[in-house]
Amino acid sequence: MRELRIREALREALAEELERDERVFLIGEEVGHYQGAYKVTEGLLARFGAARVIDAPIAEAGFAGLAIGAAMVGLRPVVEFMTWNFSAVAFDQILNNAAKVRQMSGGQFTCPVVFRGPNGAAKQVGAQHSQCFEAFYTHIPGLKVVCPATAADAKGLLKSAIRDDNPVLILEDERLYGVKGPVPDGEHLVPLGVSRVAREGERATVVTWGKGVAPALQACERLAAEGTQCAVVDLRSLRPLDHGPAAESVQRTGRALVVHEAWPYGGVGAEVVDRLQRECFGALQAPVLRVTGRDASMPYNKTLEDLVVPSADTVLRALRALLAY
Amino acid sequence: MLPRRGAPEAPQRGAKAVHEHTALLRELHRTMLLIRRFEEAAAKAYSQGRIGGFLHLYIGQEASAVGALSALGPEDYIVGTYRDHGLALARGMSARACMAELYGKATGCSRGMGGSMHFFDASRKMMGGYGIVGGHVPLAAGMAFASKYRKEKGVTLCFLGEGAVSIGDFHEALSLAALWHLPLVVVVENNEYAMGTPLERTLSVADVSLKALAYGMARDRFRADDVLTVREHFQTAVQRAREESLPTLLEVQTYRYRGHSMSDPGKYRTAEEVEARKRNDCVHRAELVLQEWGVTEEELQAVGRSVEAEVEDAVRFAEESPEPSEELIEALTYA
Ligand SMILES: Cc1ncc(C[n+]2csc(CCOP(=O)(O)OP(=O)(O)O)c2C)c(N)n1
Repeated sequence: MRELRIREALREALAEELERDERVFLIGEEVGHYQGAYKVTEGLLARFGAARVIDAPIAEAGFAGLAIGAAMVGLRPVVEFMTWNFSAVAFDQILNNAAKVRQMSGGQFTCPVVFRGPNGAAKQVGAQHSQCFEAFYTHIPGLKVVCPATAADAKGLLKSAIRDDNPVLILEDERLYGVKGPVPDGEHLVPLGVSRVAREGERATVVTWGKGVAPALQACERLAAEGTQCAVVDLRSLRPLDHGPAAESVQRTGRALVVHEAWPYGGVGAEVVDRLQRECFGALQAPVLRVTGRDASMPYNKTLEDLVVPSADTVLRALRALLAY
Repeated sequence: MLPRRGAPEAPQRGAKAVHEHTALLRELHRTMLLIRRFEEAAAKAYSQGRIGGFLHLYIGQEASAVGALSALGPEDYIVGTYRDHGLALARGMSARACMAELYGKATGCSRGMGGSMHFFDASRKMMGGYGIVGGHVPLAAGMAFASKYRKEKGVTLCFLGEGAVSIGDFHEALSLAALWHLPLVVVVENNEYAMGTPLERTLSVADVSLKALAYGMARDRFRADDVLTVREHFQTAVQRAREESLPTLLEVQTYRYRGHSMSDPGKYRTAEEVEARKRNDCVHRAELVLQEWGVTEEELQAVGRSVEAEVEDAVRFAEESPEPSEELIEALTYA
């Protein structure tokens, strides 16, 4: 199989869908002439032209709303937020229009729009530029939210999102854009709302997504070197949330750890914990634990930033505590 | 020789006035030079990996902040964007505190928590640099509101780029400031590019100051090549805010020499364009005017040396300063 970087896999998905369906267009800041702030859309302006790869002014509420309106009357816009931090400016459009228009119109209108961009901490970009948005958006009925961790999933989920008749939000990650992975040749779709077992193991189950996957796998590798095998489940989709494979694993292991970078309070991890404790109550040998970003705004200082976001070390420590419980 | 376009005449009113005028320009020139050397040192430290995150340099735009802030008093508030180092230094914040912030140190102006984009100094009413484009403009209206509410004479100056004019918050802030007669000066620093996007692809009009019209606000528009000219324009707007409690929208036409941030190679413009703009360089222009007014080459070199020493000292201070402690992570969340 070919190896692609996540940014290339996303670009391939966009190019294939632009090619396949002329209702699809891209809109966002610096997506065209500049080739994308993080180079995801590189080359697409030259290939598909300025009518379909549209450089927007810094007007997130405006172009998000415009995309929602265009979607209601039959187009299939893909909106890039330079980062999800800037989607806060467009939050009202996503919350009050994209998520609700189908329900409010009694089902007369759908809203097949995709919003995508990098989510979470990058590197020392401070409190306003380091935020995770999954808890805000998964809270909202009417939205679908996915968070790919591999190149294959990035491509397959984005293509499925573009073809879906609902608003779908893709939470990518700047720090993952350069990560390579195998991507199947030819048409490759990953269904929305299906999680993936990233690693098998019998002693404990780590449930995570996005940037949490790599440190979870690393921590499990280290434990494996000591003869302790733990499983990792990559949720991939956060709404709809497919907790089945995670629950099946926990039925066997009796121990679960949820890992995410976002804040703990009211986070997606809390939703996962609720489902696991109800579905696996009889099997659990320990409380379900969480490793999350610390409950604070992101400091600029490098040493402090590293203390705030989960790492292989913090996951390993939590796993040891869980196993010793 | 530089073209003399826009350079002010030395005042004709006798030796004392000439002397004062020269002293003022000497001071403003030194601050502009300090900003430039500070930014160059920051760029160097960034490329050595000593500074992280985003770093947006102010090189080329110095006359804007320096001219503007020379028209303010200590009772006035300043709010800016992530491109905030020039504002901070022009407001009299120390190069040490600013450089230490870039290094993420406890001695930094925001204790190493904010970094390049979030310079604050409560004692100088430097109300911060903000990272979400346009999001700070309503805050500035709020500070102006507070000055008026408390019947103080303070004025608020809010800086943003021309790219931010497309954001709703900018318009809502202008709408409120005009409606409630707030002592606010909104300063659009038009450096021709919002990241890689030239003005003509972000706005439907070339004259950004036109945005004031529909709000019934006063407006002004001028080039920021000559720092004394900048100061005069700002004095008019600040006086309008202070004396009449009326807002103004100012468009300052300027140019950034470096990329949008350190990660921007600037492929969207030609080297010739940048070189052409540098021919109107504000620091160089100030030097020519000073020389015309009798300041010697040696004196200017001495200024250069003292500025360099100040920046070197700031770098050393930043390098030697301690890191903020871990307790700050949660401790700063609530008052
Ligand atoms: C709401 C929002 N959208 C996008 C960005 C990313 N961004 C940061 S600066 C910038 C360009 C701003 O240009 P301009 O306002 O002209 O100011 P300049 O950087 O030229 O000083 C963009 C798009 C952001 N920080 N906030």
